[in-house]
Amino acid sequence: MAGKIFIALDRLTLVLDKLSEKIDLWIPASLQTNNRELTGFVRRHAGMVAILDRQSTLPPKKILLPQVETLLRFEHRKDPQDPLKVSVSLDDKSEVRPALVFGAHPCDVRAFLTLDRVFTNGPYVDPYYLERRRNTLFATLVCLQEDAACFCSSVGSGPADTEGSDFRIIPVDGGYVVEALTQKAQSLLDSLGDAPTQHQEAQAMQVVEEVAKRRVGDLDLTGSAEAFRKRFEQNDYWQEMAAQCLSCGVCTHVCPTCYCFTITDEIENLRGERLRSWDSCMFYQYSLEASGHNPRPSKLNRYRNRVGHKFSYIPKKYDGLIGCSGCGRCIRSCPVSIDIRQIVGRLKENACESK
Amino acid sequence: MRVNKSLNNPYLPELATVQEIIQETANIRTLRISLDDKEKMSEFSFRPGQVGQLSVFGVGESTFVINSPPTRKDYLQFSIMRVGEVTQRIHQLNAGDQIGLRAPLGNGFQYEDMKGHDILFIGGGIGMAPLRTLLLYMIDNRRDYGDIMVLYGARSPKDLCYTYEFEEWKAGGVNLVLTIDSEFPGWKERVGFVPTVLSEESPSPHNCIAVVCGPPIMIKFVLFGLKELGFEDHQILTTLEKRMKCGIGVCGRCNTGSKYVCLDGPVFSYEQIRGMAQEL
Repeated sequence: MAGKIFIALDRLTLVLDKLSEKIDLWIPASLQTNNRELTGFVRRHAGMVAILDRQSTLPPKKILLPQVETLLRFEHRKDPQDPLKVSVSLDDKSEVRPALVFGAHPCDVRAFLTLDRVFTNGPYVDPYYLERRRNTLFATLVCLQEDAACFCSSVGSGPADTEGSDFRIIPVDGGYVVEALTQKAQSLLDSLGDAPTQHQEAQAMQVVEEVAKRRVGDLDLTGSAEAFRKRFEQNDYWQEMAAQCLSCGVCTHVCPTCYCFTITDEIENLRGERLRSWDSCMFYQYSLEASGHNPRPSKLNRYRNRVGHKFSYIPKKYDGLIGCSGCGRCIRSCPVSIDIRQIVGRLKENACESK
Repeated sequence: MRVNKSLNNPYLPELATVQEIIQETANIRTLRISLDDKEKMSEFSFRPGQVGQLSVFGVGESTFVINSPPTRKDYLQFSIMRVGEVTQRIHQLNAGDQIGLRAPLGNGFQYEDMKGHDILFIGGGIGMAPLRTLLLYMIDNRRDYGDIMVLYGARSPKDLCYTYEFEEWKAGGVNLVLTIDSEFPGWKERVGFVPTVLSEESPSPHNCIAVVCGPPIMIKFVLFGLKELGFEDHQILTTLEKRMKCGIGVCGRCNTGSKYVCLDGPVFSYEQIRGMAQEL
């Protein structure tokens, strides 16, 4: 059993080819031909190149929570004796295959801690999420690619965070040292590469040590949950914060911890499916009731809810866990440059005096 | 690897059959249903105030309170106003049609803690449905509770539900005060909005618990009215309505602060939702 292997850069594609024979392999790759800018996780086919030198545009969220999935299938059957009598049958069987996510960043893997609490730790367990969770391994990069939007250290994580990871991938001269961190990870590495040399191992240790020291982001979240509750009814504050928002929903789409979904039915003739799809709390329709009443009618209500959900409601519900992984994608993707760090940071300014 | 999740899938409805339909008003119908699995039907247990997700396969699911009480279990009763796509389809159902049900969901009323108290029910329109289950439960356990008053308002006499039961409620020791929004030929009861009639009736808050359900605007003004009468926040219960999908506290949409209406509610004390009034 190999606890650690070295993969030279020129052998990476070959190693990934071998891995995908053993397991469903997901890698960060280009989502459009001729455009290396837009990247996301895709199920690898032979020869596909992994893009490991930057954070992917889209997080690996969809691997455990697909953008659309079938919850159940139904079929109406007419009674041949009496065609007006129709009976229904339901089927909720689904297929789950073991998978490995290779090359996710620490922020993305940590983000699943939020989803884990929501989907598997409540009074009801979500069997669809749980099955995939149990069957998915994560090989996480030690992150050398922080940019101005990153703030993982501010939410209790960091660029060398291994929380939720089964392997870590450490960039060294000429390749990567891949280290198994969990029991179930070890056997996968067998026959994939040679053990690292002493020099490579020492270098890997040094990289981890140096990266672990780095503080990415300087947002101080102490007391933010409480400050949010105090600010809740100050509509002026939220009006100002959300003034630019276009309600486009891209922040929720690219967010690795946003999980809100809708459930809809689709039917053709007598057969159909009940589907679960990603939804966004930034949309007016999200909370619109059939009567026309909407508890969150304006963007100030909706933006407030998104901030509250991540930095106050989730911490309150799940023992202080912050519902944000500091990946910075919402900041990078926002078409009007809304920066959630500023909004959360300003919560504490004069919050006590003004209420 | 095929994984069969049928054994423990909270998204998988039970199949149920419509037994009887009552046309309450022009746009409200009451469905009496029972689970097709007889054993599950006889073992089905719930608290007054708990809700269920009714499925019409191919159209979708929506949340409704089980408005029959656990003391009467020949069927499970739901009253449905026709307002959206799912309710439109539900209104087209006939007796004998098969639907899906996920229930019971939510918390329900803490009726044990209400023993020995006077109870003031305040309902508006379809908001009477979640009160009916608790009201009938209390009528069936009448000696456990003090004076029971029901203040029930609707736009017009034609919009009142359960009119065929009013005599039974009164016979069960309920002081029933009915009101409609504006004068109507032949109407002999009160006229005026529910909050106005509440302040005219001015019930005493002493040893009393108020249970409120109705449209959000009515709830807001009734809460003000009850505070004026001297009701403390913990003496006021309301059962909230939101757009819901999963019904099990996961999908994220029905939150009021950190609480989910589907899971932590729909019954809340005013104490719990104070400060969240903007998002009711």
